[in-house]
Amino acid sequence: MSHDEAGKADSVEDDFAAHALTQDTEDHRWAFGTGFTDALEGVDTSVPVGVDGAMLATYCLMLGDDALIMSHRLQQWMTRAPELEEETAIGNIALDLLGQARMLLARSGKADGTNRNEDQLAFWRAEGEFRNVRLVERVDADFAEMLARLLVFSTWRLAQFDALRSSKDQVLAAIAAKGVKELTYHRDYAARWVVRLGDGTAESHRRMQAALAAVWPLTEELFRPHQVEADLPGVAVDVSALRAEVDVILDSVLATATLSRPAVGALAGVRGRFGRDGLHTEAFGYILAEMQSVARAYPGATW
Amino acid sequence: MVTARVLPEVPAWDGTAWDIAGRVPDPELPMVTLAELGILRDVRQVPGGVTVTITPTYSGCPAMREISHDLRYRLQQAGFGEVTIRTELSPAWTSDWITPEGRAKLIRAGIAPPNSARTRKAGPIPLTLGRFERTVACPLCGSQSTQETSPFSATACKALYRCNHCREPFEYIKEI
Repeated sequence: MSHDEAGKADSVEDDFAAHALTQDTEDHRWAFGTGFTDALEGVDTSVPVGVDGAMLATYCLMLGDDALIMSHRLQQWMTRAPELEEETAIGNIALDLLGQARMLLARSGKADGTNRNEDQLAFWRAEGEFRNVRLVERVDADFAEMLARLLVFSTWRLAQFDALRSSKDQVLAAIAAKGVKELTYHRDYAARWVVRLGDGTAESHRRMQAALAAVWPLTEELFRPHQVEADLPGVAVDVSALRAEVDVILDSVLATATLSRPAVGALAGVRGRFGRDGLHTEAFGYILAEMQSVARAYPGATW
Repeated sequence: MVTARVLPEVPAWDGTAWDIAGRVPDPELPMVTLAELGILRDVRQVPGGVTVTITPTYSGCPAMREISHDLRYRLQQAGFGEVTIRTELSPAWTSDWITPEGRAKLIRAGIAPPNSARTRKAGPIPLTLGRFERTVACPLCGSQSTQETSPFSATACKALYRCNHCREPFEYIKEI
């Protein structure tokens, strides 16, 4: 491109920002970042041959709900983080997870044939229809508890997504491959902070250790194999096989942080039901009340 | 739907629609274009219009809708009729796709371009407990004596750095 052409192009760029605001087309809203499109626009979402669509949809809900609810809990840290840099980090991690949730919920709504979009699934399901593990719904009492949850969650999800990259469902494999890059940064972030607090002052060490003890009863559930996963061979990841890899990472972080692995029992299920079956803790109802209230007060609203 | 993947350097056809789409600025980094960032993957003419394939940088990129709208608007203004936008998730975007021109423009805007993304060996993904071992030159004074102050910044794709020489803070596009 010659100099003149470059100059001309630049002036077009300048004009364009104004165009985007004033020359509104039917489907464009002015506010940046508030529009919602199909997260899988133009992606081939057909269900692979031999795979049960309803089962695949449930599996996508499991993975999507984990990210959606974890993201929501992280978003609650906005304006409450100890430093601006940490608030930015937590916000970006929440945003990555929300993006993963959007794609997975969109995939779910297509796979089961109901054609529900991500918003319908996020805002119009009841508590018992959410398939997330209970770790993600826990309220963080302090910054250390958030970090303990994020460390366990991102270590586990990273191992799961790494394995999911070879899923025979091409959409799940693609979502996982993308997520792996993001989760690597999330895990590093949480691990570095856990080391900093664990190997910090006596007070930070005490609170980090207490945070681990509070979160640990929820870790056992992460490795409980579920029938839906067993019914999707080659598509879903067997979570019980992830334990060794996750343990190596967690033990390495805890050792560096001079922290010990809590010796506490697992949070029980009820008649064999756990988060993956729609059984949730008391905290969960409050999340839904907050997350769904606007959508339910103004059904069909757009902005 | 499967279409051949075409990298930015090799337009699928005469390149007019590619040029128009490729010149659309990124909403969050307006100093660089979608083509320079590697977000624009393919532009091809179809009967009655044009199909544009884009890929998100991060899963939660909030700019995808604006990018779609900007592409549609620009191409329609240029007379390309029906504009279809496709999202392509695989292969996942990598910061290695940012072109040399894009990297030069980022530096001029005070943003350090990414190091090359590490190719992973087989086995578990390694944990990084210390600071990332990467050399980042200050985009303002050129000094290589810089330090990361936060692994996340105003957008998901950037980290926050500080120059030990000129003391200025700056942003760095993370390698992924």
